[in-house]
Amino acid sequence: MNILVYLEASSNGLKRSSSEALTAARSLADGSGITGIMFNGTPEAFSAAGEYGLQRCLNINDNFIEHFSNSLAAVAISEAAHANGANVVIMSATATGKDIAPRIAVRLQAGLLADCIELIPTGETVEAVRPIYAGKALIRVKPDTAVVVATLRPNVFTARKTERTSVAVETFSFASDKDVRTSVVIRTSQNEGTMDVAEADVIVSGGRGLKGPENFHLIEELARSLGAAVGASRAVVDAGWRPHREQVGQTGKTVAPSMYVACGISGAVQHLAGMSTSKVIVAINKDKEAPIFKVADYGIVGDVFEVLPKLTSKISAVTGRH
Amino acid sequence: MNVLVCISQVPDTTTKIAVGPDGKSMNPHGVKFILNPYDEFAIEEGLRIREKFGGTVTTLTVGGESAKEILRTALAMGSDSAGIIKDEERLDSYIVASSIADVARSMSPDVILFGRQSIDFDSFAVPSMVAELLGWPNISMVSSLSIEDHSVTAERDIEGGKETVSATLPCVIAAQKGLNDPRYPKLPDIMKAKSKVISEHPKSSAVRRVDVLDMKLPDTKRLNRIFGESDKELDEVVRLLHEEAKII
Ligand SMILES: Cc1cc2nc3c(=O)[nH]c(=O)nc-3n(C[C@H](O)[C@H](O)[C@H](O)COP(=O)(O)OP(=O)(O)OC[C@H]3O[C@@H](n4cnc5c(N)ncnc54)[C@H](O)[C@@H]3O)c2cc1C
Ligand SMILES: Cc1cc2nc3c(=O)[nH]c(=O)nc-3n(C[C@H](O)[C@H](O)[C@H](O)COP(=O)(O)OP(=O)(O)OC[C@H]3O[C@@H](n4cnc5c(N)ncnc54)[C@H](O)[C@@H]3O)c2cc1C
Repeated sequence: MNILVYLEASSNGLKRSSSEALTAARSLADGSGITGIMFNGTPEAFSAAGEYGLQRCLNINDNFIEHFSNSLAAVAISEAAHANGANVVIMSATATGKDIAPRIAVRLQAGLLADCIELIPTGETVEAVRPIYAGKALIRVKPDTAVVVATLRPNVFTARKTERTSVAVETFSFASDKDVRTSVVIRTSQNEGTMDVAEADVIVSGGRGLKGPENFHLIEELARSLGAAVGASRAVVDAGWRPHREQVGQTGKTVAPSMYVACGISGAVQHLAGMSTSKVIVAINKDKEAPIFKVADYGIVGDVFEVLPKLTSKISAVTGRH
Repeated sequence: MNVLVCISQVPDTTTKIAVGPDGKSMNPHGVKFILNPYDEFAIEEGLRIREKFGGTVTTLTVGGESAKEILRTALAMGSDSAGIIKDEERLDSYIVASSIADVARSMSPDVILFGRQSIDFDSFAVPSMVAELLGWPNISMVSSLSIEDHSVTAERDIEGGKETVSATLPCVIAAQKGLNDPRYPKLPDIMKAKSKVISEHPKSSAVRRVDVLDMKLPDTKRLNRIFGESDKELDEVVRLLHEEAKII
């Protein structure tokens, strides 16, 4: 198996989703035959990749990167896969990954295994398990092609460090005609300093049970004690209490954190669609019949206005975060 | 400005999924099928583009006979014409994309609109695949769109923020929630849509690239431990999260 892993740099190293992809690749190939590929890789990012066992990384420095064009990124990665004889291309299903993986699959005449939650090596290639119907079913899929492109659902594969390796960085220049037909004009981070639910390891979400936007400080305080991101149900997003980027569920974000805490959320199927693969689910609801309790590991039947402040101080006492 | 809108028919979001007798697909018995919710934004945006620039809106689906129902919804909303690529099996995203690309080549629209994802297989794949097959630019997760002369500018959602992307026409756009508020079809238009002709297109000769081996329902065993709101019980929850779940 010859694997190419697309890696995304972050401000201080590597995005966690990319570390997860590297760890997944390592478990497929026992550490050998893995090449990374980055756009505008930084020394910090290469060094971080080394902590996850990467030994060789292609780096593309090109004008198009500044105004990232998805179609050119796909050309570059496809050419790199071809030039290196890669038969498995792996990346995280981030906004970029989801955008470029289908293009790469078309270019490489490869089967696309999208949104995988498990990769199974089968000799020279891989099969995968992926959720469908909003997580209500799982299918095992197998490529019918010699080359396969797989995207991994973020937060599902654990990122595991290994003995640090030194990364040999090679500049890769791709030959294709650089006809740029899309370009990113502005990139804005709207929630500076706050964590995105799609990337968070722990999420505390609030629903209509909070009664009004002015009470969401209770959610924010619990989130702070856990180092968590704040999420929301659609009911409170539609009511304008919280921004859409926080919405979890079928029409919001799909998340799979280590722990999901649902506060004053009933547990409608469309909400469950976005969070049911979370590792541990905690629910706080005053109605003991609320459907959210059916999917909860730990349920607290109670009033959020009573429970949240107490729980926050008890958790702060353990975590030291206030 | 001619617009092609691609829509898919999916099980209603509240459907209980059961595995069919073949062990690798959903048992369709008793399942209600609806228009993919994200595709409503795509249809609405197509109509708005026509209202602004003139031209036509054509709606297209790849599916079986029953998928004509969602085309009638699109016609009732105001789509000028509708077409179906008859393919009961729809074996993977690539086959669907190839069939759409074939029709797009013969129609040469200025814009092809999609939903961000089809809520059955949730692959986020067909729009980018169609764009690649056609050699066109694409912008996905679009929550705001403006078209001027020969270019489009769109805002798209990314992790932790948004980015503004510009692209040349012709172009593929995949709609995110928030792009617009889809209109409800009016009763007389629903009646009229019933008798409109739906054209049929041949399916692509592309072959499947991904095979489904089996389907199962997830093992959703949860601990289901229920506590009250007393201090003592909350202490116990925190202890369990710390010592048993080892999460804090
Ligand atoms: C096509 C479609 C897509 C959708 N997509 C999404 C989606 O992406 N995400 C999503 O979340 N929803 C989605 N929905 C909406 C979904 O069906 C529900 O309406 C929504 O999730 C309800 O939000 P909620 O749980 O906050 O509110 P409610 O259902 O009103 O629940 C409030 C809960 O709070 C509890 N409560 C009240 N007061 C207190 C208190 N003081 N203390 C403790 N508990 C209290 C109540 O017992 C109740 O269970 C979608 C619906 C459709 C049709
Ligand atoms: C590996 C795999 C195996 C599959 N096997 C089967 C099967 O055996 N039987 C079956 O019925 N389905 C099957 N499907 C699903 C079928 O391809 C879907 O019904 C759907 O058409 C494509 O799903 P997607 O997740 O790729 O769509 P996405 O890429 O998530 O869809 C994005 C957008 O593309 C457009 N779009 C998607 N599908 C269509 C369509 N059919 N017509 C027009 N526009 C569309 C819509 O605008 C949609 O919002 C399979 C899908 C995959 C990925």
